[in-house]
Order: sequence, then structure tokens, then C-alpha cells
Amino acid sequence: MSQPAKPAPQPAGRAAAKKELPEHFKAYKHVWVFIEQERGHVHPVSWELMGSGRRLADKLGVELAAVVIGPTGDATKAAVAESFCYGADLAYVVADDVLTDYRNESYTKALTDLVNTHKPEILLLGATTLGRDLAGAVATTLLTGLTADCTELEVDSDNSLAATRPTFGGSLLCTIYTLNFRPQMATVRPRVMAMPERVEKPVGRVIEFPLGLVEADIVTKILAFVPDRDKATSNLAYADIVVAGGLGLASPENFQLVRQLAGVLGAEYGCSRPLVQKGWVSADRQIGQTGKTIRPKLYIAAGISGAIQHRVGVDGSDLIVAINTDKNAPIFDFAHLALVTDAIRLLPALTEAFRKRLSAHTRDRIAS
Amino acid sequence: MHIVVCIKQVPDSAQIRVHPVTNTIMRQGVPTIINPYDLFALEEALRLRDEFGGEVTVLTMGPPTAEDSLRKALTIGANRAVLLTDRFFAGSDTLATSYALAAAIRKIGSTFGAVDVVFTGKQTIDGDTAQVGPGICKRLDFLQLTYVSKVSSLDLEARTIEVERRSEGGVQVLRSNLPCLITMLEGTNQVRRGSMINALNAARAEVVKWSAQDAGVEDIQKCGLRGSPTVVKRVFAPTPRAEKAKVVEAAGQPPAEALIDEIFKLRPKLENEMFELARGF
Ligand SMILES: Cc1cc2nc3c(=O)[nH]c(=O)nc-3n(C[C@H](O)[C@H](O)[C@H](O)COP(=O)(O)OP(=O)(O)OC[C@H]3O[C@@H](n4cnc5c(N)ncnc54)[C@H](O)[C@@H]3O)c2cc1C
Ligand SMILES: Cc1cc2nc3c(=O)[nH]c(=O)nc-3n(C[C@H](O)[C@H](O)[C@H](O)COP(=O)(O)OP(=O)(O)OC[C@H]3O[C@@H](n4cnc5c(N)ncnc54)[C@H](O)[C@@H]3O)c2cc1C
Repeated sequence: MSQPAKPAPQPAGRAAAKKELPEHFKAYKHVWVFIEQERGHVHPVSWELMGSGRRLADKLGVELAAVVIGPTGDATKAAVAESFCYGADLAYVVADDVLTDYRNESYTKALTDLVNTHKPEILLLGATTLGRDLAGAVATTLLTGLTADCTELEVDSDNSLAATRPTFGGSLLCTIYTLNFRPQMATVRPRVMAMPERVEKPVGRVIEFPLGLVEADIVTKILAFVPDRDKATSNLAYADIVVAGGLGLASPENFQLVRQLAGVLGAEYGCSRPLVQKGWVSADRQIGQTGKTIRPKLYIAAGISGAIQHRVGVDGSDLIVAINTDKNAPIFDFAHLALVTDAIRLLPALTEAFRKRLSAHTRDRIAS
Repeated sequence: MHIVVCIKQVPDSAQIRVHPVTNTIMRQGVPTIINPYDLFALEEALRLRDEFGGEVTVLTMGPPTAEDSLRKALTIGANRAVLLTDRFFAGSDTLATSYALAAAIRKIGSTFGAVDVVFTGKQTIDGDTAQVGPGICKRLDFLQLTYVSKVSSLDLEARTIEVERRSEGGVQVLRSNLPCLITMLEGTNQVRRGSMINALNAARAEVVKWSAQDAGVEDIQKCGLRGSPTVVKRVFAPTPRAEKAKVVEAAGQPPAEALIDEIFKLRPKLENEMFELARGF
């Protein structure tokens, strides 16, 4: 689907297309969010999606369902209970010990069977390794459309899902519809949507669904699972404070200044893409469209120009501080605080100043 | 053993520029390359072929000019190249793309020998959906192994394969069966340079060119724009933030101090939170 050569054909065209929604798809109702659970842990992107799902369901005047697939036992029960606290009206549960570890075969069967039986109009999944593996397989099995890595989900005037994602290179956005097929499927990357507020609620309506598979039916076997040693790297997306450096730092040695400031702040560090391409910083530290999306309370960007591909990864930050020698750098168009200065000189001073402030803060506290 | 590697020809993003005024992508004169992620898939396939014997066929769906990328893959070491090209494929989304590619892979199997493994890249750098691999896989009813960092063993007699697969928070070691589809993770192997001999052979080699009909595509309605359930309706520029950044003026103060003051002035709660965080380290 290369982009249309001309500006989009018009709502009239879309409305016309919409009328063609085949009769058997009209029964498809309600919004579903796939709750991604692995080894007893729900990926936060699922709750973020519940926030979006709730809004869509309210606009459509339909119900929001959480879909929990996993082993029998406490972890799955806890995920179900939690989904009500994040806004579910009901939960579909496929609980079977065959589902202890994620495998494409078993999870694809569970989710496609559920969809074919209970017919949702919208199905949202996280764009994680698990979510992408599953979403691609499920959409193809169902022969429906799947929009990847959406940054915005809306309901259009004709009640169809308008899923917006960055187009090539991220400099433009495009809105994609799945007009004549159901469900309308979309994935969203972690941290792109805000985490909704958790409200204590009792467990509501739960609909159990059988898997209809036994271990012997599943070809792929898990021989081992090796957990990552370096847990810190995966925290970048969820860090409260992030310090990042770009090409303006000029050398890998200067990038140490970013690490040092992050160290003093108890923050995570990140970088723009060129530093990964040059091999100065590992790929899991890249922030932006093809890296991590972050939503920290404070984001400090040093020597980063603020290209759109970088911007889409940091726009959700509460306070953006940019340090750049060029007063016309695009980053100042979306940063909140600007320091037009040499980052290589400022960073050590900032690290020192923060160190002092934060320890003075300790003294004050102890004194009071 | 017969391995098919799917590669996509994409514009070289390093050379893409966005027009500063119109905010559109300036594609003119931008050279095309093999999607960088696909090179890791190709390398892994060649490594398996070198170890276990057999052939590697590279496949792409694209315009006639995509032949360049196929020749490049032949230079790197693939045995055969198939170009799937037809105006019916224009405007394909991932569902339509996987439909056409799966048909071509079936045809490759019946023409050149049954396919044991299909490789794809993790994702492309243009469409960037990571959906085509799983799509092809389901259409062929193969076993799906995504985000693979290593093929650790293969048993052609028993028809089994063992791989390491990246998952959230760790690595799954999986055993599965052939035929399977593997999407290969980047940075997992050292992509070889093409040899002189390969380059000479590649220049002379004939790239197999198939239309939809040649590839045995059964239903043309499932191809291209018509076969794509997703529809791009609107392309637009992101809205700029209303106000520009506030410039921190260091009035007689060291700039670092002035900046910290401004930060805490704008977000008073942050001071305590930062203290808590810093203490944790
Ligand atoms: C398909 C695609 C995907 C992409 N994905 C991403 C992505 O995920 N993340 C990403 O970051 N980029 C991404 N990019 C790249 C992006 O377009 C930019 O090229 C990149 O973000 C620029 O990195 P930079 O700001 O570090 O470097 P530059 O743009 O070179 O900027 C360096 C900045 O440092 C300033 N500077 C120089 N010296 C100093 C100094 N001493 N002190 C302070 N400032 C100084 C300069 O004024 C300049 O503004 C992508 C590009 C494409 C085409
Ligand atoms: C800006 C933009 C946004 C888009 N958004 C969507 C969307 O949300 N949903 C959707 O369904 N479609 C979307 N498309 C269409 C999609 O890009 C095309 O269908 C494209 O042909 C394949 O998808 P991909 O580039 O994302 O490939 P990916 O799924 O990222 O590719 C994975 C692997 O599949 C193989 N592969 C992919 N394409 C080919 C090919 N033509 N020939 C051989 N092997 C191939 C490669 O090995 C590749 O590494 C979008 C296109 C654009 C330009």
C-alpha cells in the first residue's frame, strides 16, 4: 500500500466503501484488548491499550473486553482481576497449562477461535516481539487488515477505526482504515499511549473459553528460557528520567558525559540513531521511531538536532530540556527548556550541580 | 535442502531527505538497497546451505528495477533469484503481499524443489510493519519462528530444527519442525562479502521473472490494492507544538545552576522525585 499519489480520496468515497461492509461482518461488535502475559508478568503496554480501548468503546457505545490467554493458576487470575481495574467491562479467558509459555501455534489458535466465536469489531495488541508475532499470524488467519505501530487511535464519524501511524521516515503521518473487514486490528508500541489511572474494582463478567489443543498437538517445544542478565536496558522505555546524547557530542568518549549525568540522577541513558549506527552505543538505547518510545517526567537531550524520527519517540515526555549550540535546531520547536550552549562543556557542570543539589537536599531532609 | 530468502528492495534511508518546506520525502535520485535486515536472513541461509548442502533461492516482489537487488544477492552467494513483478501487485498491503509471496514460494517449491525453510528479515526500513513474515508463514501453513538470533541445529533426516528466539525479557530455545519460516534478527551474524566468482556468475545469471499468472496466483482479486483490507485515507504533517522552548538565561549564574532552577520552577514536584530516584543508586 504505497501512499496514494494524490491526497486522499474523500469521505464520500469512504462512506460509499463503508456501505459495502459485508452482512456477516455486521455482527462484529465491541472493542478487545489482548492482555500480554508472560511468565506471570503482564506487559504494561496492555494497560496502556486498555486506556485507548476504553475511549474507543465509549465513543462507539460498546463494551471493552480484556482477552487474557495463559496458564491456569494465580498469574492468569491476577491478570484478569487487574484488567477490570484498568477499565474492562468483561474478560475473555483462555486458561490452559499448554499456554504456560508463549508459542505462536497455541496462542494463534486461542485468539483466532475467540475472535471467530465472539466477533469483536476492534482488536488491539502491543507491538512487542510477542504482540507482533501473534498479531501478524492472527490477522492473516482471519484475512483481515492490521495496522502496525499506531500513534493515534480514533473513531471516525462513520464509526470505523482511524488508525494513525508515521509514514516512511516518520516525517508525515498517515491514517489507515480497515473498511470492509472485521475485526479492525492495530498494534501500538509500548509507551506510545498514556498509562490510564488504575481504579480498584471487583472482578466483573468473565467468559471462559476452551483452547481445544493438547500438548501433543503443538509441534514447537520450548527447550529452555534464558532470562536477560542486563535488566536495566529494557527499562529505558519506562524510566522516569532519561538523559540522551546525539552527534553533537562528537565522540564516543564524550558520550560518557551522558552516562555520568544519568548515573548521578538515577536515570536511564539513551541516544539518537547515528550513535547506534556508528557503534558508540548499543541498539537498545536508541530513542525514536525505530528505537524506543519514552515518556519520562524529565528528558534531557544533549547535542540532538530533533529530527522528526527522534521527536516521535520523545513527544510524550512531561518536560523536555534541550542543549544545543544551534539556536535554530528543530529540537527547540518541541522542547520546553532550551540551553543554547556547548553540551560537552555543560554536561560535566550539570552533573556536578545536580550532585550537589541532590545531596544538599539530603542534608535538608536529615536536618528537618 | 532448499531455502527461500525473501528480500525487499527499499530506498536507502541514509540518503533520504525531507523537503524543508513541503515536508515531503525527496525520493528522486535516492539509491535503492536490499532492506538491511534481510541481509542477516540471507547470511543465515547461506551458512546453513554451506553446512548442510542444497540451494538458496532469493525472492522479491517489486518493480522490474528490483532485479538489481536480486543480482546483489546472487553476488553475495544465492544460487537462484526470482522476481515477482506484475502491475496487479501495485498497492499491496501486508495481507496482499503475503498472499503473492506465498503463491510464488509454492511455485518455487514445485519448480525447483520442495522448500524446507523460508527466511525473511525482521522488518523493513520503509513499511516497517514486521507483518509479512508471519503472513507468508500462515498462508503456507509452516511453523513460525520469529526474532531468531541463531539456528543452533538442524536435522534433515528427522526434519527438526532448533533455534534461539528473542522474546520479552529473555531468549527462548525452541525445537520445531521443517518446513518452517524464520524471521531473522539483525546483528546476529557477519554478512559475507560477495566473491569475484559470484559477481561474474551473477552478472551472467538469469533472474527468473514471474507475473502473477506465472507464479500460479489463483485469485487476482486478492492482490494489490484490491486485495488489501487496509486503506490509506489521509497523509498529513504532524501539528507543531504551539509555543517554542523557553530559553534559559543564565543571569550571572552558572548555566547549569540556572537550568536546574528552571527545571524545578516548571515542575516543582520533580525535586523530591529526583531525590528519591538518585538515592536509589
Ligand atoms: C527511516 C528512518 C528512521 C529513523 N529513526 C530514528 C530514530 O529512531 N531515532 C533517531 O534519533 N533518529 C532516527 N532517524 C535519523 C534522524 O533522521 C536523524 O538523522 C537523527 O536523529 C539525527 O541525530 P542527531 O540529532 O544526533 O544528529 P544531527 O542531526 O547531526 O544533530 C546534531 C546536533 O548537535 C548540535 N551540536 C553540535 N555540536 C554541539 C555541541 N558541542 N553541543 C551541543 N550541541 C551540538 C548540532 O547543532 C545539531 O543540532 C531515522 C531516520 C530514518 C530515515
Ligand atoms: C508508510 C507505510 C505504512 C504502511 N502501513 C501498513 C500497515 O499498517 N499495515 C499493512 O498491512 N501494510 C502497511 N503498509 C504496506 C506495506 O508496507 C507493504 O505491504 C509492503 O509490501 C510490505 O510490508 P513491510 O514493508 O512492512 O514489510 P515487513 O513486514 O516489515 O517485512 C518483513 C520481511 O518480509 C519480507 N518482505 C517484505 N516485503 C517483501 C517483498 N515485497 N518482497 C519480498 N520480501 C518481502 C522481507 O524479508 C522483510 O524483511 C504500509 C506502507 C507504507 C509505505
